[in-house]
Amino acid sequence: MTAISLKSLTISYGGIPAVHDVSLEIGDGESFALVGESGSGKSTVLRAIAGLAPEWTGEISVLGAPRGHGPDRAFARTCQMVFQDPYGSLHPRKTVDSVLSEPLIVHGLSERSGRVSEALDMVGLGQEFRFRFPHQLSGGQRQRVAIARALMLKPRIMLLDEPTSALDVSVQAEILNLLKRLRRDQGLTYLMVTHNLPVVAFMCDRMAVMNAGRVVETAPSSALRTGDFSDPYAQHLYAASGGDEIASKDGQ
Amino acid sequence: MTPLLEIENLRVSFPTTQGRIEVVKGVSFTLGRERLGIVGESGSGKSMTGRAILRLIRSPGEVTAERMMFDGTDLLSRSERAMRPLRGARMSMIMQDPKFSLNPVMTVGAQIAEAVRAHESVPRRALANRVREMLEAVRINDPDRVARMYPHEVSGGMGQRVMIAMMLIPRPDLLIADEPTSALDVSVQAQVLDLIDELIVNNGMGLLLISHDLNLVARYCDRILVMNSGEVVESCDAADLHAATHPYTRGLLAAIPRIDETRDVLPVLDRSAWSGT
Ligand SMILES: Nc1ncnc2c1ncn2[C@@H]1O[C@H](COP(=O)(O)OP(=O)(O)OP(=O)(O)O)[C@@H](O)[C@H]1O
Ligand SMILES: Nc1ncnc2c1ncn2[C@@H]1O[C@H](COP(=O)(O)OP(=O)(O)OP(=O)(O)O)[C@@H](O)[C@H]1O
Ligand SMILES: [Mg+2]
Ligand SMILES: [Mg+2]
Repeated sequence: MTAISLKSLTISYGGIPAVHDVSLEIGDGESFALVGESGSGKSTVLRAIAGLAPEWTGEISVLGAPRGHGPDRAFARTCQMVFQDPYGSLHPRKTVDSVLSEPLIVHGLSERSGRVSEALDMVGLGQEFRFRFPHQLSGGQRQRVAIARALMLKPRIMLLDEPTSALDVSVQAEILNLLKRLRRDQGLTYLMVTHNLPVVAFMCDRMAVMNAGRVVETAPSSALRTGDFSDPYAQHLYAASGGDEIASKDGQ
Repeated sequence: MTPLLEIENLRVSFPTTQGRIEVVKGVSFTLGRERLGIVGESGSGKSMTGRAILRLIRSPGEVTAERMMFDGTDLLSRSERAMRPLRGARMSMIMQDPKFSLNPVMTVGAQIAEAVRAHESVPRRALANRVREMLEAVRINDPDRVARMYPHEVSGGMGQRVMIAMMLIPRPDLLIADEPTSALDVSVQAQVLDLIDELIVNNGMGLLLISHDLNLVARYCDRILVMNSGEVVESCDAADLHAATHPYTRGLLAAIPRIDETRDVLPVLDRSAWSGT
């Protein structure tokens, strides 16, 4: 089964298209990366799937069901999004505890306290953070709260927008290992935006490269070991990410 | 020549339910007209060190230091009012959360222009040109369109570059850049860092670059401080970072994924050994 299917998806803001004619099929249990230029429309694709960018044409379906144009409560149980900007996505006057409890309350789930402390453990935050406000946390700590919140409802699909770019390498390693383990144990599907190709090499099966609002190439992430890209922008991105050194090592 | 910045025994603390905790515990360093990098894991006190230098820690947070000198003037004894003409014009900070630091109800072009106007008077036409040039310099493709946008309409990486433009346009003497390029892909990142470099070479600016990207800091800075739990645990020439000896630094280096990655699990730090976070 396909987890996420996009057909000829064009997404606009105020009548001006930002993403043109994107078609992608992401399998159930797959980990798929969207990479590409800043401003090329990666976050926009995630927002449209989550119901936060309603101006689109084409088709979006998730686990076989067509998506509407707005947010949808039942959908939140299946699919959760982690936003690029951890400060903007956390309410400034809510403690970590209430941020994490809220989805449980909205969906009428019990054993809230236990679940909140379990989620904090999972993302490597001690219980002393539980009653802090966002401004009392460092950048990386806020991002871990955002990831914990997305995990609260045990979704099947996660839309991850630069989930680790605000994190230092040690916390990034913990979060990436965690995401990998969750996917293996619970069969999660990931659609992940990142500008970091090494993260794709570690986490993902396939990737789509975006440039100026279009998908210019789709490739397996094994292409990152060989440099097997045909689109000029994809080749450029690969070389600039240190791929050129690997290619020259192989040549010697 | 006196250094641009001298910091001795800087401490920052906050009250919590468990009592007052120190998050920066006696940091000392000097900065000339050079590039100093600060790395270290999440929560190690990097941002608080940067904010303390600009005196941006608000009550109930508390800052103490034996010495905090900027270009021969004492930052500690300055009143809040006397700090204001320094901030922005002579010392500025690119914040870790660009969108949060931008004014949501003002177009990005107007905000960048405001950053100039707060400190010098420039005719309107010349100002508009300077804003456009600055946006081009940070590699914004369509500067006139972007100048008319509001912060919520720009992408993550565009917001980060707007923030950089705003902080560079008054040509400060000291730039504190907190994760300035974390949302940018490597090629745009290199171009933006080159731009900052030009200001260092041509205007003699000093740079404090806070970043979790060890490779970037090693490539780009002259010297590096490694922080852990509020303290500097290692300091070295950037070129020697990969030969760093402190086990904490070695742990950070091992945790970086590679583009030809084949490991199934990334090594993580043994937190019990350093009580980080
Ligand atoms: N609310 C909005 N109104 C108008 N234009 C918007 C809005 N949100 C995004 N855009 C525009 O759509 C384009 C794509 O933005 P998007 O955030 O999807 O980029 P991105 O690929 O995620 O970039 P980054 O890597 O920098 O985060 C950009 O040109 C941006 O300015
Ligand atoms: N208002 C506050 N009250 C209590 N603790 C705080 C407050 N603000 C920050 N802290 C704590 O201070 C420590 C240092 O924070 P700082 O923002 O300097 O970290 P950092 O090194 O920049 O981390 P990151 O890489 O995640 O941004 C963190 O553990 C944070 O939780
Ligand atoms: Mg984005
Ligand atoms: Mg920080």
